[in-house]
Amino acid sequence: MNTTILLFLLQDGVTNGAIYALLGLALVLVFAVTRVILIPQGEFITYGALTYATLSTGGVPGTAGLALVMGIVAFGFDLFAMRKAFHGGKLLRAALVDIVFPAIVFALAMTLAPHKPGVAVSIALSLAIVAAIGLFLYRIAFQPLAHTSVLVLLIASVGCHLALQGFGLVFFGAEGLRGPSLSDASLNLGQLMFTGQSLAVYGITVALMLALWLFFGFTRFGKALRATAVNRLGARLVGIRTSLSGQIAFLLASVIGAISGILIVPITTLYYDTGFLIGLKGFVAAIIGGLISYPLTAVAAIVVGIVESFSSFYASNYKEVIVFTLILPVLVLRSLAAPAVEEEKD
Amino acid sequence: MTRLLPVVVFTVVMAALPLIPGMPPFWIVLLDNIGLAALVAMGLVLLTGVGGLTSFGQAAFVGFGAYTTAYLTTVYGLSPWLTLPASLIVAGLAAVVLGLMTVRLSGHYLPLGTIAWGIALFYLFSKLDFLGRNDGISRVPPLSVGSVQMYDPSTIYFVIWAMVIISALLTMNLLDSRVGRAIRALRRGHVAAEAFGVQTARSKLLVFIYAAVLAGLSGWLYAHFQRNVNPTPFGPQAGIEYLFIAVVGGAGYVWGGVLGAAIVVILKEVLQSYLPLLFGGQGQLEIIVFGILLVILLQLAPAGVWPWLSGLIPLKLRRSHASSAEALPPRARVASSSGPLLKVDRARKQFGGVVAVNDVSFEVNAAEVVALIGPNGAGKSTTFNLITGILTTTGGRIEVHGQPVDNTPPQEVVKLGIARTFQHVKLVPDMTVLENVAIGAHLRGRSGALGSMLRLDRADEAKLLAEAAKQIERVGLGAEIDQLAGSLSLGQQRIVEIARALCADPELLMLDEPAAGLRHMEKQRLAALLRQLRDGGMSVLLVEHDMGFVMDLADRIVVLDFGTRIAEGTPAAIKTNPEVIKAYLGALA
Amino acid sequence: MSPLLQVADVSVSYGKVEAVRSVSLEVREREIVTVIGANGAGKTTLLSAVMGILPLKGSVQFCGENIVRQDIEDRVADGLSLVPEHRELFATMTVEDNLELGAFRIAKSVAAQSQERVYGLFPRLKERRKQLAGTLSGGEQQMLAMGRALMGAPKLLMLDEPSLGLAPIIVADIFRIVTELRAAGVSVLLVEQNAKAALEIADRAYVMELGEFVLNGPAAEIAKNEAVAASYLGFSHG
Repeated sequence: MNTTILLFLLQDGVTNGAIYALLGLALVLVFAVTRVILIPQGEFITYGALTYATLSTGGVPGTAGLALVMGIVAFGFDLFAMRKAFHGGKLLRAALVDIVFPAIVFALAMTLAPHKPGVAVSIALSLAIVAAIGLFLYRIAFQPLAHTSVLVLLIASVGCHLALQGFGLVFFGAEGLRGPSLSDASLNLGQLMFTGQSLAVYGITVALMLALWLFFGFTRFGKALRATAVNRLGARLVGIRTSLSGQIAFLLASVIGAISGILIVPITTLYYDTGFLIGLKGFVAAIIGGLISYPLTAVAAIVVGIVESFSSFYASNYKEVIVFTLILPVLVLRSLAAPAVEEEKD
Repeated sequence: MTRLLPVVVFTVVMAALPLIPGMPPFWIVLLDNIGLAALVAMGLVLLTGVGGLTSFGQAAFVGFGAYTTAYLTTVYGLSPWLTLPASLIVAGLAAVVLGLMTVRLSGHYLPLGTIAWGIALFYLFSKLDFLGRNDGISRVPPLSVGSVQMYDPSTIYFVIWAMVIISALLTMNLLDSRVGRAIRALRRGHVAAEAFGVQTARSKLLVFIYAAVLAGLSGWLYAHFQRNVNPTPFGPQAGIEYLFIAVVGGAGYVWGGVLGAAIVVILKEVLQSYLPLLFGGQGQLEIIVFGILLVILLQLAPAGVWPWLSGLIPLKLRRSHASSAEALPPRARVASSSGPLLKVDRARKQFGGVVAVNDVSFEVNAAEVVALIGPNGAGKSTTFNLITGILTTTGGRIEVHGQPVDNTPPQEVVKLGIARTFQHVKLVPDMTVLENVAIGAHLRGRSGALGSMLRLDRADEAKLLAEAAKQIERVGLGAEIDQLAGSLSLGQQRIVEIARALCADPELLMLDEPAAGLRHMEKQRLAALLRQLRDGGMSVLLVEHDMGFVMDLADRIVVLDFGTRIAEGTPAAIKTNPEVIKAYLGALA
Repeated sequence: MSPLLQVADVSVSYGKVEAVRSVSLEVREREIVTVIGANGAGKTTLLSAVMGILPLKGSVQFCGENIVRQDIEDRVADGLSLVPEHRELFATMTVEDNLELGAFRIAKSVAAQSQERVYGLFPRLKERRKQLAGTLSGGEQQMLAMGRALMGAPKLLMLDEPSLGLAPIIVADIFRIVTELRAAGVSVLLVEQNAKAALEIADRAYVMELGEFVLNGPAAEIAKNEAVAASYLGFSHG
């Protein structure tokens, strides 16, 4: 193996790994806060990517309408929840978030799309649409199940994945799409050639992680989210609404998923069902990180990316087998390290 | 046998269905598919609903079963009936390997692990040359009996449903046995089951293998039903689908698996055939509706459809307790040596920087009631956990009959004749009092899983249940014997725990706050029972806050404060000990 | 004037088992009320239900308003606060963050004052403010749990077994702070097994047995009651 190939594979692996890292972080976040294992993460990726690609070709993505419909349903749920204790302020907030927000986004998409908006506007609209879908998804599907077991949440999560993937096929068709790259510049460093897109991947990943770090470390809401993850009852006892934490977690996860999709779609053609597999690789990283540790997840994601790129070079047939088997030794190590007896709370 | 009546009716109905004239062949195919899915779901019921182990990977085991028979019958021309054991064994062996890796994982690691290897195996099936890669293996021979070749869905139908009904019977038998109780206790955590000798890790592996073998059976049938095998039906989507068949039907119920399979298979079929008519040819609409219906169903009935349905039909099966079974033989006692029964010698336990038990020493002699008292948080329960092997010591020595037991697993400690109750009641709430108490006699039974499935365990089982019934009578809960443990008051549940401990035929009974939540009369009865046990030669070590109870009952009292023994003596001496008074009343006294 | 907290005919069940049976209790402004009883008597269950963690039958009025249908979070915002038996701290977050979150429902400017007051009451917390809550000693964790509850400027503080597992000297410290809170205008509902200590600082007391109140009255009188002394005050001196 010569250095050129080695460096190329490494670079390729790190680029993919960076995206898996984002997805892994989102999964960890959602699980920690809501106990939901976010299978529909894959749909957030495809929705983000394909909405962006559709908008930049001048089409109106079906996701904009879906966001509006889901908002209306979510409003119905909010009204139903308020039947016992009516509260004017809450009603206003619900109407703003559930109806006005997606309606504005929908109207913007309808009016702007035919003019083939630029990259920035397309991205902004795509993110807003997917964010709304993520938020309402939590409200509609998971908030009513918040008290149930991880298993039930997981099955509901699968149900959401199926429905959203089906919608994906309806909105975007079976044909794959590609989106315009964020930057056409390129940079040569010795033997390494960085495309503008891969630089954008690194830059945005780092910026996003930094933003998340700031959010969780220094803002009241960020800390409230962490608090919910650490101790749900404790959080409720200081007045943090777990449903609000859940909505924020889903909002963040859907935005992160959409950004990942937008970063990938200029590099590879995405189909309505590609997101699932990409999401699962973020998942592998999240599992290796134990669904708790953010830094460990990020490192694991890079490793997953590198293993993937090397195995696609040397044993392309067994690429997926290798990536998913990667979890097993980790799980075995964990089970060996785990204490043999449960310690009970006294 | 009233227990079997519904099954017999069901069997007759299923056998008659294809004979109805004018039955569309398509419906038979649907029923075949339901049967195939029901087998896998039944395994999941045991694994997930009963045992609490969630697996997304069952489709892979179906694949093992299907590929094994497809390969052996097409390449070596073996008869399908010869490959049946091979399919089951391959699925079972795969489960052993994967199970050893994943079963010990706790909480959500287990389902995640199963997703991972489920996907990996799917890709492996589709990449291996000898399994035909993505195209799979075609021209698998049909099943045949004599000269009858089962090409027709309506003939293999009988094989499929015979298998389903036999599997359901075997599974129900398994659950209603000594091994079954150990499995049913798994979901409620290890601690209590292990304290009575259940090897929880082994029980988990057992259900894992059992579920895989059922999946393998389904795969074997599938291969000879479809007569070609390719990777698609064994992928992650299918694994997920099996799990929600089980959840939709009712993950805790054997027949919930069958019902769930019927609901999901029929629903998918209906959606697939009618939705396009309603909405034109839009692709994948059925998936959307299916996903949405699933979420709605979970919101309405998170426990599944079966328990909801059986709640509508109030059908109570009463058991008869023929206690004519011969008594269980008592455990072999260690010839009474001169030393104490239990000797705790400078036992120490540290959690991080906190010393919970600080070099505590005391002894319990034969036929003696010793009470361990002290303020909440003084280390009494921790001391209990050190003695019974639930926690490991940081230092010191604990001996039973001169034999060291510190850092011995709980399953071994109970063999030495030490049985206990827990401060926070650890019963299986959805098992009856009788079944809960019978777990106490786990080590005194012998029957294994296979014997239980075939009902060869009845004599052994009758003895265990008779012993359990005897102990329930002894503690005065005979009237509640068939109640679910979770429906009793907390005080009664504590008494059930005592009966369970007595079932282990202990020499030392360890009771953690047995009188909490009892009324005055009940406390007196309990005290009388404990005195009677002591007079019969049993020793009792108890933690209790009710001083009246302790002072009347105990021969000796050990006082702990802050993990340290501050006094030991007769009740009279302890009452007047200034140090004890100070500890109990705090600095404000 | 109506009492701050009025619990009327409240029952709480776990499935079929009634853990609390039609109890009534009230806490007035600037009052320390204690509920004493053995383990398993239903004390914790009662507090959890008043806080909204468990569903109950009956009526709970707080500041004259029926709060039975309110969520926990709204009760917190209204000035009802619970320090639970297991403290429920955010173990992997710093002392400072725990306190900051205690003020989640009040304005930041007010929170700053609250923080000064909490640090004034518990100087130890100020020393440890950068430390993770999970690494604190038991006594410090109890202080942090109380401090976190006080950050939200509650009108009524409910304490569930604050003395659990703590050294007598720390218990004394914590109980002294409870009396200071009363002086500062916070009412306290104190559930305790350490009956002697609780009765010494309380104004009124309820004795709970098997889910019911068997006795109530001024704390000083309850302390003198012979049956109570025999059951809960450890070794009666008589």
